[in-house]
Amino acid sequence: MNFARAHIMVCGGTGCTSSKSPEIAAEFRKQLEAAGLADEVKVVQTGCFGLCALGPIVVVYPEGSFYSMVTIDDVKEIVDEHLVKGRPVERLLYHEGADHHGTVHSSLNDTDFYRKQKRIALRNCGRINPENIDEYIAFDGYKALEKVLKTMQPQEVIDVIKASGLRGRGGAGFPTGNKWQFAANEKNDVKYVCCNADEGDPGAFMDRSVLEGDPHSVIEAMAIAGFAAGAHEGYVYVRAEYPIAVHRLTIAIEQAREYGMLGKNIFGTGFDFDITVRLGAGAFVCGEETALMTSIEGHRGEPRPRPPFPAVKGLFGQPTLENNVETFANVTWIINNGPEAFAAMGTERSKGTKVFALGGKITNTGLVEIPMGTTLREVVEEIGGGVPNGKKFKAAQTGGPSGGCLPASLIDTPLDYESMAAVGSIVGSGGLIVMDEDNCMVDIAKFFLEFTVDESCGKCAPCRIGTRRMLEILNKITSGNGTLEDIDRLEELCEHVKANSLCGLGQTAPNPVLSTLKHFRDEYVAHVVDKKCPAGVCKDLLNYSIDPEKCKGCTACARACPVGAITGTVKEPHTIDTSKCIKCGTCISKCRFGAITKG
Amino acid sequence: MAKSTAELQEMREQMAGQMSLRVEDKNAIRVVVGMGTCGIAAGARDIMRVIVDEVGAHNATHVKVIMDGNNKDAENAPVVEIHVLGKDTVTYTKVDAAKAKQIAAEVIGEAK
Ligand SMILES: Cc1cc2nc3c(=O)[nH]c(=O)nc-3n(C[C@H](O)[C@H](O)[C@H](O)COP(=O)(O)O)c2cc1C
Ligand code: SF4
Ligand code: SF4
Ligand code: SF4
Ligand code: FES
Repeated sequence: MNFARAHIMVCGGTGCTSSKSPEIAAEFRKQLEAAGLADEVKVVQTGCFGLCALGPIVVVYPEGSFYSMVTIDDVKEIVDEHLVKGRPVERLLYHEGADHHGTVHSSLNDTDFYRKQKRIALRNCGRINPENIDEYIAFDGYKALEKVLKTMQPQEVIDVIKASGLRGRGGAGFPTGNKWQFAANEKNDVKYVCCNADEGDPGAFMDRSVLEGDPHSVIEAMAIAGFAAGAHEGYVYVRAEYPIAVHRLTIAIEQAREYGMLGKNIFGTGFDFDITVRLGAGAFVCGEETALMTSIEGHRGEPRPRPPFPAVKGLFGQPTLENNVETFANVTWIINNGPEAFAAMGTERSKGTKVFALGGKITNTGLVEIPMGTTLREVVEEIGGGVPNGKKFKAAQTGGPSGGCLPASLIDTPLDYESMAAVGSIVGSGGLIVMDEDNCMVDIAKFFLEFTVDESCGKCAPCRIGTRRMLEILNKITSGNGTLEDIDRLEELCEHVKANSLCGLGQTAPNPVLSTLKHFRDEYVAHVVDKKCPAGVCKDLLNYSIDPEKCKGCTACARACPVGAITGTVKEPHTIDTSKCIKCGTCISKCRFGAITKG
Repeated sequence: MAKSTAELQEMREQMAGQMSLRVEDKNAIRVVVGMGTCGIAAGARDIMRVIVDEVGAHNATHVKVIMDGNNKDAENAPVVEIHVLGKDTVTYTKVDAAKAKQIAAEVIGEAK
């Protein structure tokens, strides 16, 4: 019998798939065949490793060698050098540090990016082939379900979840055990379990990664939740724009049925449970739990008033337990390792880990799972590798369109529910966008508000009309026509929309505006009083000019200007006709003498 | 077909050796086989094969068989080293198939 001595893990997440990882996996198989290693070395297609921006990612075990940005042409070299001769190809290994020119580690677990992470929800992402239930089972898969069904009472399961301190990862952070208890307490023959995989925050993709990399962990957890609450049917609501996630989830459900982990009489215990997948069109509001259920029922995804809460009257009017993908992904780990082990991680009231999606001005963009209470500084400077191009950290936006920003002065804030709320932001679903000195905070607020205006379902006036008014004021401010009164008016509108909107979308839509006003009010004031954008982003407030002292008259700028706004004779100072200038910024990058400024 | 508890447990045990490749374990016994050009010329690939098969057949999850591209001692190739955290490295030289089996048996025994 032949045992593989090495496993080549090729990332099959969405990011790496779009950078051609399936072709790379095929090429590995071909080259291994050619080198006579086909039965010694196994190629495994996995879920996301988290460093999608540096994809395609390939990891070779047992060494744990971490290759990034692998191309088809590199495959032969990796096979010939690493797998035949045992010499990892240094040139292709992940280099950490600024611009990825720094240290190389022999194993991915030694990199700054991974070292501080604690992977619970993402434990199998990058470690197993998500399309093969056997690999999930090999890492203790379906052990928790069996234990629960054979040795525990529903109330014991709920007590374990309560003791773990697990809270909802979908945004609100509601204690999961309590939620399960409410659903269990309802006396009703028909109940449902719902999994929320709508993932509306444009900066977040952890739910997609869990479904792509480890779909069985969600299936198993839903069955456990069904047992705890007394439900026999589950629904996963996932956006149709996640085709790989949908595909793998569908395969996983079929395999689970085949093995008897879903269906009738699971593990011979008499417990029945099955799961249906529902595709959503990807509206932000459909992630709101009541809108999600309305959409599953086949209606337009609009929120309904709460109460009644879903635990009492949810899907099809029946008691429903609804959790987020990442919340579910923690459940089997808690059952297998005990609630104490989970509660040992994190802070006093925020237990366990949270997955964040790092984006924006940061060296390592991607997914990171860290113990709750890790500071923003650790995430940005250590795991994230800092702000690139020598720029300064200005702020981080957390919680996406419902969240707020943390300015540089708050960089030592622990990332947990309480600490974030205390400084006016939220953990939310885990989007974390880093901004540097070149970002204008008014512009950022506008960006998120544009998103919510687009996504507002229009059912209630405060949100439908109020967010529009707010956006109008922001546009007025960024175009240089704002007044100090506009800022006050904006603040009043924020409070009004927050207090009177029907659902969470409207209630949280003002947050990005409020928090930028709180921490960067001077920037708003600069826009309306000085008519300047300090970060040099808002085009209407920018003027390009040439310093005649510094200009050498080299003509480079004049030749580059797309609208012919720059004139002057050779070796004489040039000038910009501001009435023609479209503020494209091309001339600045062309001038080798630093003679052109904007401001 | 629905899987029974016994079948699941058997699957887990059978796959344990293979899957442990993907789990970092600082306390694992590392069997390092010198490959590189001279190692391979002296038959290190076969030696590697023998050790991997033995370790695999015994499901020794605490043993990692690693290739080393820098064969320091061409004269004595194939060379096999045993690394254990906190212990001195043990080196075997001019390893043949029989010796490889013996080395594998030793580390498997130790791991148990
Ligand atoms: C506008 C809006 C969008 C939401 N989008 C999502 C989402 O995409 N995914 C999600 O899990 N929860 C989302 N939620 C939160 C859900 O309403 C609900 O609180 C959550 O799914 C509960 O699961 P949890 O307790 O496991 O976090 C959203 C809420 C609002 C108000
Ligand atoms: S707050 Fe906005 S999204 Fe929510 S119901 Fe009202 S209009 Fe629709
Ligand atoms: S900013 Fe663009 S349009 Fe304006 S002067 Fe420079 S190159 Fe011309
Ligand atoms: S590129 Fe700079 S130095 Fe050259 S003409 Fe333009 S402003 Fe003057
Ligand atoms: S998709 Fe490959 S690392 Fe995320």
